[in-house]
Amino acid sequence: MKIVVCIKQVPNTSEVKLDPVTGTLIREGIPSIINPDDKAGLEAALRIKEKTGAKVCAITMGPPQAEKALREALAMGVDEAILVTDRKFGGADTWATSFTLAAAIRKLNYDLIITGRQAIDGDTAQVGPQIAEHLKLPSVSYVEGIQVKDGHLIVKRQYEDRYHMIKVHFPCLITALSELNEPRYMTPGGVFDAYREKEITVWTLEDLDVDRTQIGLKGSPTKVYKSFAKQLKPAGTVLTLDPEEAASYLVEKLKEKHIL
Amino acid sequence: MDFFLSQEHEMLRTLYKEFAEREVKPFAQEVDEEEKFPIESVKKLQKYGFMGIPFPKQFGGQGADTLAYIMAIEELSAACATTGVIVSAHTSLGAHPILEFGTPEQKEKYLKPLAEGKLLGAFALTEPNAGTDAAGQQTKAVLDGDHYILNGSKIFITNAGYADIYIVMAMTDKSKGTRGISAFIVEKDSPGFRVGKKELKMGIRGSSTCELIFENCRVPKENLLSKEGKGFKVAMNTLDGGRIGIAAQALGIAQGALDETIKYVKERKQFGRSLSKFQITQFEIADMCTKIEAARMLVYKAACYKDAKKPFGKEAAMAKLFAAEVAMEVTTKAVQLHGGYGYTRDYSVERMMRDAKITEIYEGTSEVQKMVISANVLN
Amino acid sequence: MNIEDYKGVFVFVEQVDNVVSNVGLELIGKASDLAQQIGTKVTAVLLGKNIESEYKKLGAYGADVVVGVAHPMLEIYKTEPYTHVLAELIKEYKPEIFLFGATALGRDLAPRVSSRVQTGLTADCTVLEIEEETNHLLATRPAFGGNVMATIICPKHRPQMATVRPGVMEMRPYDESRPFELIQKEIDIPASCDNVEILEVVKTKSTSADIQEAPILVSGGRGVGGKEGFALLEQVASKLGGMVSASRACTDENWIEKDRQVGQTGKTVRPKLYIACGISGAIQHVAGMEESELIVAINKDETASIFDVADIGLVGDLHKILPAFLEELSKTEHANSALK
Repeated sequence: MKIVVCIKQVPNTSEVKLDPVTGTLIREGIPSIINPDDKAGLEAALRIKEKTGAKVCAITMGPPQAEKALREALAMGVDEAILVTDRKFGGADTWATSFTLAAAIRKLNYDLIITGRQAIDGDTAQVGPQIAEHLKLPSVSYVEGIQVKDGHLIVKRQYEDRYHMIKVHFPCLITALSELNEPRYMTPGGVFDAYREKEITVWTLEDLDVDRTQIGLKGSPTKVYKSFAKQLKPAGTVLTLDPEEAASYLVEKLKEKHIL
Repeated sequence: MDFFLSQEHEMLRTLYKEFAEREVKPFAQEVDEEEKFPIESVKKLQKYGFMGIPFPKQFGGQGADTLAYIMAIEELSAACATTGVIVSAHTSLGAHPILEFGTPEQKEKYLKPLAEGKLLGAFALTEPNAGTDAAGQQTKAVLDGDHYILNGSKIFITNAGYADIYIVMAMTDKSKGTRGISAFIVEKDSPGFRVGKKELKMGIRGSSTCELIFENCRVPKENLLSKEGKGFKVAMNTLDGGRIGIAAQALGIAQGALDETIKYVKERKQFGRSLSKFQITQFEIADMCTKIEAARMLVYKAACYKDAKKPFGKEAAMAKLFAAEVAMEVTTKAVQLHGGYGYTRDYSVERMMRDAKITEIYEGTSEVQKMVISANVLN
Repeated sequence: MNIEDYKGVFVFVEQVDNVVSNVGLELIGKASDLAQQIGTKVTAVLLGKNIESEYKKLGAYGADVVVGVAHPMLEIYKTEPYTHVLAELIKEYKPEIFLFGATALGRDLAPRVSSRVQTGLTADCTVLEIEEETNHLLATRPAFGGNVMATIICPKHRPQMATVRPGVMEMRPYDESRPFELIQKEIDIPASCDNVEILEVVKTKSTSADIQEAPILVSGGRGVGGKEGFALLEQVASKLGGMVSASRACTDENWIEKDRQVGQTGKTVRPKLYIACGISGAIQHVAGMEESELIVAINKDETASIFDVADIGLVGDLHKILPAFLEELSKTEHANSALK
C-alpha cells in the first residue's frame, strides 16, 4: 500500500501580530510550522504504516524553504519526501495549486491520498477536494476517524450535528481534521537522520507534465483585489446610565453585532 | 569559529520547546507542590527517544550528539527543573558510564534498554561521610564466588526508587584509597538491595532523592563495571560529563525565569505604565539576558568539546560553575521583578529560584568546580 | 468562455432530513441584494429526495426561481452525485454568481464543483459586494487567522463562486405571498457517481461543558457577591445560550467551580461575547479574556481597569442592570416570535 500525504508549511498564525501603529502584519520572526490538519494527516498515514507496512510519501508545493516541513515529516517517520517548487508556481490560488499538485501526484503510485482539511493561513478547505477532482478520485472531507480494511477505508465524516460512517474504495482521497489524532513528536534521532541520512526529491516545472497556462498566478481564476488589516479595536464606550437604559442600550448593541 | 547551530539542532530546539510546553510545563507546579515524580512526562520522554539522545543507534540510542542532548536538558529545565534532572541523571550518570566502560554484554543487557527508554538509570556515589570527599567511601564489596557482596549505604541518590539500574561505587580494597574503589551495575531487584528514606528538599521537589541500602546485596561478578579499583576513574569521568547536563539544567532554569519575567513586566502596570517601560527594569533584563547568553556559550562549548572528543573537564566545570551562579542570580532577580506576586506560588519564578540553588551543589559543588578549574590551570 | 452568457445569482440551499438550513436562507437574502444591483434574478437550488414541501419556503425568503432536483441518490449528501448535478445545472443555466454555505457540506461540495467547471471559488466570505463598473463580485474574507482581510475577484471565469459562513448574512422577512417560479428538474445521475457508501448516520449532541468552547460567557467577579449572584448570571447566560465563568476571587471563595476560572491561573477564553460583571480587571484576569470578540463590562467603579479593555462599558450595579437586561431580552424574543 502506498500513501501520499500533502502538507503545507504555514506561518503559525496564532503568533501573528499586528503592528499597533501601522496596522500591518508583522511576519518577521513568525515561526513556520506544518499546517495542523496536515500533521494529523501525516500521523494517520504513519499509523497505517505501522499497521500494514504501507509506504508513506510526503509532498509539498512551496518555496525552497518549505523543505523544512518535509524534513520534519521525515523526522516523524515518512519514507519519502517531495518538494514541488518553481517560481512559476508562485501566486497560485487553490485552483492552480490543486492542478499543480495533482500533476505531481500523477507521477506517483498511490492507493490513498491524505490532505489536511484546511490550512490555517488560508482556511479555504479547497485544495483537498480539488486535487481529488483533478485526479477523478472519490473523496471524503472532514475525516475524524479512519479504519483501514482490505481494499477500502471506513471513515468517520464530520458534520456540524452528526457524523457519517462512510465506506470508500481505494484509490481515494480524504481530508483530515486535527481531531483525527494527536500527532507524534519527532524523535531526536529522527531529526538527525532527516538532515544527515535522507534526501528530498525536488520537482520543478520541468519535471511536471502540465499546461503552463493553468499554473501559478496566471493560471489562477481568482485574484486578490485588495487586502487590508482588520480594523484595530477602537477604544470602547463607557456610559453611566439607569439600569433600564443600560439594558436596552446593551440589547441594541448586541443586535447591531448580530449576537442577538 | 562558528556560533550558529546546525539546521538539525535548530529543529531539535523547536521540538524540545514544543514538547516541554505541552508535556512538561503544565505539570511543573503540581510536581513541585506535591513532591510528585512526573511519571507521565517521563513515560512520554521514554517513548519519544529523549532518554537516549547521545548514544549510538546500535545501543538503542538516537545517534545524536552531546549538544543535542544538553539542549534537551536546557529546554526541559526551563519548564520544569525536576524533569530536567531526571533525564540528566539517567543519561549522563546512569547510562553513559556503561557506554564508556561497559563490556559488549553489559551494553547489550543494560545500555540498550536504558537508551531505548525501557529502563531508567541512576548513579550512586555519595555517602553520609563521603560527599565532595568521594574517597571516603565506606560501602564495601567483597568477592564471593560468582558474586560480589555489597554492604553499606548511599544518600541523595537521584531517581532512586524509580530507577531500574544503579551504577554503584563501593570499596573493594580499602587500603588503596581511591584506587580501591570499584563500580558495579546493580539491578533494582537484587537481593539485599533496598531504597531507604526519601529526602524532603527545598527545590527540584518532584525528583526522587533517596537513600540506598545494601545489606549483603548480591551482584553478579559480570556486573563489575570496568576493572576492580577503576571505580574512581569511572566516577570522575562520569561526573565530568554529568556536569555539562547540570550546567544545561541551570541554563534552562535561568532562561525559563527570564521568559516568565519578560512576559510579566510587559503585562504588569504600575504608576500607569507597564514595568517594562521603566529603565530599572530594562537594565535588569539586559543584565539577565547577557549573563544567560554567556552561560549558554560555556555550556555549548563544553558539549562541543565532548563531541569532538577533546578533553572537556575544565570546560564542563567552568560551564557548571558559571551557569549555576547565573541561574541563582537570574531567578533571584526574576522574583524581585515580580514583586509580591513573585513570592507567591501563583507564579513559577519562586519555584525556579528554589530549583536553581541545587545546581550550585550537586554533581560537584561550585567549590569543587573551582578546584577542578584551578587544578587544570595551575598544574 | 464568454462571460456575457452568464446571468443570474444562484444559491445552493442545503438540506438535512429534508429541512433546509438557515444558511441557505441567509444566502438567498444576500443574493437578493446582489441580484438587485446587477439587475438579475435569484435562483435557489435544492437537492434531495423528498424536498417538495420546502420549495415554497425558498420563495418566501426571496428566491425568484427555485430549481429542485429530486433523486434517490441525493437523499443524503454525497460528494459525487451532488457535484454532478450542480455541474449539469451550471452548464445549462450559466449563472454568473453561485453561493454556498461555508458548512461542512458546502466546503466539500463547492471546491469540487468549482474544479469541475473550472472556475474560481472564494471561501468563508464575510462581505459580498458588486464592483460598480464591472459588475464583478467582490468577495471579502479573513485570512491569516483573522488578522488580515482580503477581497478576492474572479474576473475571467464564471460562475463566480463563494462560500459564506452561517450567521453572517441576514435572512429577508418571510413572505408567503411572494411569487416565484418553480422548476422541478430531472437530471440523470450515472450509477458510477455513487462511489462511496454511507454505512451509518449518527446524530451528535453539542454539549459545551467547557468555558473555552462557549460562544458567550457571562463572567462574574468579586462584585457578584456570592453564590446567589451567580444564579442571576446563570439566568442571563442560559438566555443568551452561553455559560457562566468567573474571576479567581470567586473560585477561591467557592462561589463557583474552579473549572470556570478565567485568567492567568485559569483558562484563556475567546468567545464572541464576554460580559464581565463586577470584575475589576486585574491583569491576571484580562490576560485570559482580552481576545474575546466583544467585551461588555458592568462595574460600579468607573475607574475599574476592566473598562480599558471593554468595547462597551456600563457603569452601574450589576444586580440592577442584569435583571433589566433579562427583561429586555424577553421583550426582544416576543417581538421576534411575533414577526414569524
